[in-house]
Amino acid sequence: MSSIGTGYDLSASTFSPDGRVFQVEYAMKAVENSSTAIGIRCKDGVVFGVEKLILSKLYEQGSNKRIFNVDRHVGMAVAGLLADARSLSEVAREEASNFRSNYGHNIPLKYLSERVAMYVHAYTLYSAVRPFGCSFILGSYDQDDGPQLYMVDPSGISFGYWGCAIGKAKQAAKTEIEKLQMKDMTCRELVKEVAKIIYIVHDEVKDKAFELELSWVGEVTNGKHELVPKDIRVEAEKYAKVSLNFKTDSTTDQGGFPMPCKQG
Amino acid sequence: MERHLMDSQIKGVSTGTTILAVTFNGGVIIGSDSRASIGGYYVSSKTINKLIQVHDRIFCCIAGSLADAQAVTKAAKFQISFHSIQMESPPLVKAAASVLKELCYNNKEELQAGFITAGWDRKKGPQVYTVALGGMLLSQPFTIGGSGSTYIYGYADAKYKPDMSKEECLQFATNALALAMGRDNVSGGVAHLVVITEEGVEHIVIPGDKLPKFHDE
Repeated sequence: MSSIGTGYDLSASTFSPDGRVFQVEYAMKAVENSSTAIGIRCKDGVVFGVEKLILSKLYEQGSNKRIFNVDRHVGMAVAGLLADARSLSEVAREEASNFRSNYGHNIPLKYLSERVAMYVHAYTLYSAVRPFGCSFILGSYDQDDGPQLYMVDPSGISFGYWGCAIGKAKQAAKTEIEKLQMKDMTCRELVKEVAKIIYIVHDEVKDKAFELELSWVGEVTNGKHELVPKDIRVEAEKYAKVSLNFKTDSTTDQGGFPMPCKQG
Repeated sequence: MERHLMDSQIKGVSTGTTILAVTFNGGVIIGSDSRASIGGYYVSSKTINKLIQVHDRIFCCIAGSLADAQAVTKAAKFQISFHSIQMESPPLVKAAASVLKELCYNNKEELQAGFITAGWDRKKGPQVYTVALGGMLLSQPFTIGGSGSTYIYGYADAKYKPDMSKEECLQFATNALALAMGRDNVSGGVAHLVVITEEGVEHIVIPGDKLPKFHDE
């Protein structure tokens, strides 16, 4: 649903006659050009999955990470302009660090996401700067508050979620996420489902190679956000590939499963 | 310079106070005497309140220069109240103590005040934190402070038990204050006690003549 905002889209400090700030909407389009990132909250933690497209065979494996550690207990998965996202991860880290320095305990995720959202929003007010071209998903686990998941978009709003997706295949990913009963799942079960969803939404035709970045934070990691260990990641990817092959063979004896709706 | 000269006339750097805070099963009792003195020879107030409420379930008792302590607690009260509104939930006792600690540590050259922060929060229940003169923050099951505290270390160490009932704890705190006020010339007046629990906050004031009497009194 694109619309031309000729004349009213040159700066973030201008409204269009129908009440839109086009620069912010264009920033959101920048996010939609990036590959998908998802975050899902389950009963004992949060799992992130990012479809990291490999643009060149010369890249070192594991470079250009799209999942960041903001504090020991908080992780951040991003989509959009990676440089903008890196700068925001520093902002988030400083917020979390200052909070701990002032108040002596871990920053609650709701507060952190509100603070970073406020920062992102500030860049949508002036013509001298452009809005941030990235969305990000924040997740944390705390003994008392449990797992938390928040998403911030370029307009500067943040919402809490049980599951969310950002990037080019976010619609397809959301459909898959909605099928899950995440409130009853544990992190170990969820890791496999997250890998499966990334594999499902990945477009083999348009984008070739991709690396799956998986991270989690929850009871299983004792409240520490970290990349999923290699053996569990390998197992999750195997599960994802097997499920995908199974689904694409819709004419097997087990009876037809509907083909997943692939988004371009 | 002048301050250091004055300090040598006063015993130690903590001037004229006995303060304490003790956790019990379900809450915490914070207590103090009510005497403010100048140099140990003039009682400037017999009924000063050294128990400052910084939030609904968090109190602070002050020791040292009263002017410094009042300025710090005023700033801390504002910061904690703002923090609580931003968080949309009551502040943790640790957060309140940290705010005080930051103020004390960052201004340690100018200030001469120590605090005991005690309260109740949903996460960890009843807690007591000491914020010492230079800005050290320490969590303890109970603590005593001020010049009068030196006379009751033995009593406190011997008589404190973890997980006391409210009545046992009240008796312990009252006795400790009475003993300290009885020996320290710069502590006296009435005993202020505040009982903080999940349900609420209860102020108890015990006038000097109603305090427990020990031998020789």
